Amino acid sequence: MAATEQTIKQVNSLGNSEYKYGFSTELDEIKAPKGLSEETVRFISAQKNEPDWMLDWRLNAFKVFNKLPKPNWAKLNIPDIDYQDYYYYSSPKSLKDKPKSLDEIDPEILKTYEKLGIPLKEQKILSGVAVDAVFDSVSVATTYKKQLNDLGIIFCSISEAIQEHPDLVKKYIGSVIPVSDHSFAALNSAVFTDGSFVYIPEGVRCPVELSTYFRINAINTGQFERTLIIADKNSYVSYLEGCTAPMRDENQLHAANVELIALDNAEIKYSTVQNWYPGDREGKGGIYNFVTKRGVCRGNSSKISWTQVETGSAITWKYPSCILQGDNSKGEFYSVAITNNKQQADTGTKMIHLGKNTSSKIISKGISAGKAQNTYRGLVSINSRASNSRNFTQCDSLLIGNKCGAHTVPYIESSNADSIIEHEATTSKINEDQLFYCMQRGLNSEDAVGLIVNGFCKEVLQHLPMEFAVEAQKLVAISLEGSVG
Amino acid sequence: MLKIDNLHVSIEGKQIIKGLNLTINKGEVHALMGPNGSGKSTLSYVLSGKEGYEIDKGAIEYNGKNLLDLDVDERANLGLFLAFQYPMEIPGVQTSFFLKTAINSKRKFLGLPEVDALEFAKLIRSQAEDLGISSEMLKRDLNVNYSGGEKKKQEILQMSILKPDMAILDETDSGLDIDALRIVSEGVNKLRSKQNSFLVITHYQRLLNYIKPDYVHIIADGRIVKSGDFTLALELEEKGYEDISKIAS
Ligand SMILES: Nc1ncnc2c1ncn2[C@@H]1O[C@H](COP(=O)(O)OP(=O)(O)OP(=O)(O)O)[C@@H](O)[C@H]1O
Ligand SMILES: [Mg+2]
Repeated sequence: MAATEQTIKQVNSLGNSEYKYGFSTELDEIKAPKGLSEETVRFISAQKNEPDWMLDWRLNAFKVFNKLPKPNWAKLNIPDIDYQDYYYYSSPKSLKDKPKSLDEIDPEILKTYEKLGIPLKEQKILSGVAVDAVFDSVSVATTYKKQLNDLGIIFCSISEAIQEHPDLVKKYIGSVIPVSDHSFAALNSAVFTDGSFVYIPEGVRCPVELSTYFRINAINTGQFERTLIIADKNSYVSYLEGCTAPMRDENQLHAANVELIALDNAEIKYSTVQNWYPGDREGKGGIYNFVTKRGVCRGNSSKISWTQVETGSAITWKYPSCILQGDNSKGEFYSVAITNNKQQADTGTKMIHLGKNTSSKIISKGISAGKAQNTYRGLVSINSRASNSRNFTQCDSLLIGNKCGAHTVPYIESSNADSIIEHEATTSKINEDQLFYCMQRGLNSEDAVGLIVNGFCKEVLQHLPMEFAVEAQKLVAISLEGSVG
Repeated sequence: MLKIDNLHVSIEGKQIIKGLNLTINKGEVHALMGPNGSGKSTLSYVLSGKEGYEIDKGAIEYNGKNLLDLDVDERANLGLFLAFQYPMEIPGVQTSFFLKTAINSKRKFLGLPEVDALEFAKLIRSQAEDLGISSEMLKRDLNVNYSGGEKKKQEILQMSILKPDMAILDETDSGLDIDALRIVSEGVNKLRSKQNSFLVITHYQRLLNYIKPDYVHIIADGRIVKSGDFTLALELEEKGYEDISKIAS
């Protein structure tokens, strides 16, 4: 397809920096006072015209944050983060009075999204995908609004939801990830700027993929995204997020909190293609991606499925989890994590079985190249009440070259004798004979690596929505460029 | 087309090929026969550029180029094809996708646009049908859980669609049943023309009844010890390697 050709050309034209999304956009910005303080929290809340209950919630979270110890980084090597060196809110000036229609959006911002391959003009939009785009701290546009409205589906920015649907937000925010969960959860609760809000009413099957595109543009800005998705009884939704950032020598911080709630018989499918700027070959710059994602299958026979393709960020720290509270509920986690050069990833999942007959499945594919470190860390916990529950876990690691590392750290806690837990793990080096075979058929070494790694990840990639699977395959190949000599 | 001159190759200090000479002209089919471990597969790997082989001495010219200067994929895209004695399995990669990727790699090398989806489907279907490869088979992962014979047929399918100038078949006939042997040979004969050449490595004279070679060479201990026409293969069948090597030395 011509698109592949173009992607490859575009990537090549970036010379030794392969990151395609590394441009930045010149814009006038409104920023919070630099640093982290109660004043910052108040500033953000005021910018968004928030009701008092929201401000109080934030202020409380900020108190909690100050009391909590920093998370224990385990396998990651993380330089001390100077919280005072970041801006916690940044908004292009032209978005201050939220545009009523796409025509009112600053053309520079529209251009940015077009460069990213995300056209926001409704007529040009990917068919069957509704997009919300978050630029630095604010939501830029939500497309397909009318069609969704007619079905009673709410898909808007969290800021808008706080204004328009306060009861739903109040009821569910922080109900899956308590403010006091850990330091980043508290920080996010205090200073979150924007993110998506989704509510699918009872009995509705959302007819389109809902998608949010996150972009960090402003320098020294942290992005604290907050997403809340509620699937009411007998409903279904598939949601996808994508992320990019410009290339900057300074590290940028992204600490998201994502909460999912599935009621009786509801299903939420949440997919992520994370391609934040990973830093350069020497490990300079790049995004610190500290994400808390957690879903609760609150209702009986509900299902939550996480699929993630993590190729970007200098450091990724992320464990999308499922709390299987309802009887017969199901949790799934499909993950591809690729680290190249000096990237570090510590990612995995937690499956907490509380209800009877609950089941979970974990498929993790870790690929390490260059001098990168890649860790799968997972917890499967089966409560004494969760009789007849089962888990299947498979963790495969692939090493490219001999300076990288792969680690698998599975924790299992079972307090229930009639539950079944299966765990399989493999670690292998990329097979030289396979590479030779592919190259004998005319593939260059990078295409050969891309092909073999995509094959290795197939079980995960096939769970992505169709529209994004092809893009993800290209991303897998691109992020490994330069990994073979 | 291909000129191998006084080739000496060693692996980890051990000499495997010890002064091999062979010239293959355009349109010729050469058969290479020889006992186990005599260096046949080694020669095929060296020709296609696999790593880990030390070229101690000698030269190889391919269509006027110094073959040893070229990367594996360059050689392939310049029309050199190796049907592997042991084809590799590539899990998670659908056979038809692999075929398409291979075709497009060559087209890209030649400065042509990617193959049209419809055109590709037609090409594959007709070639696969001729070889008795079903469309279900093309949907499976490349070579994964294929039987020995199915893997060999797959190699010939790849050859048929890539249309190489110089094809090396390393024991493609081993493990084939009688019908498959005939089908595979027909695949080779269909491709055979004045423009391309073959080096057919085999242990069995039977294959050469189907693919009539212009020359037969016998390799022993890393050297070609005797060359002749088709009758040499018959002689070999009768007397075995030991006698022939003796006569040669
Ligand atoms: N990687 C290797 N390391 C060490 N020795 C090797 C290696 N590859 C091949 N050899 C040796 O080189 C010799 C030639 O092997 P080769 O595979 O070329 O034989 P062949 O003529 O193809 O035999 P066959 O008819 O059994 O296929 C053998 O003695 C083999 O053991
Ligand atoms: Mg051999």
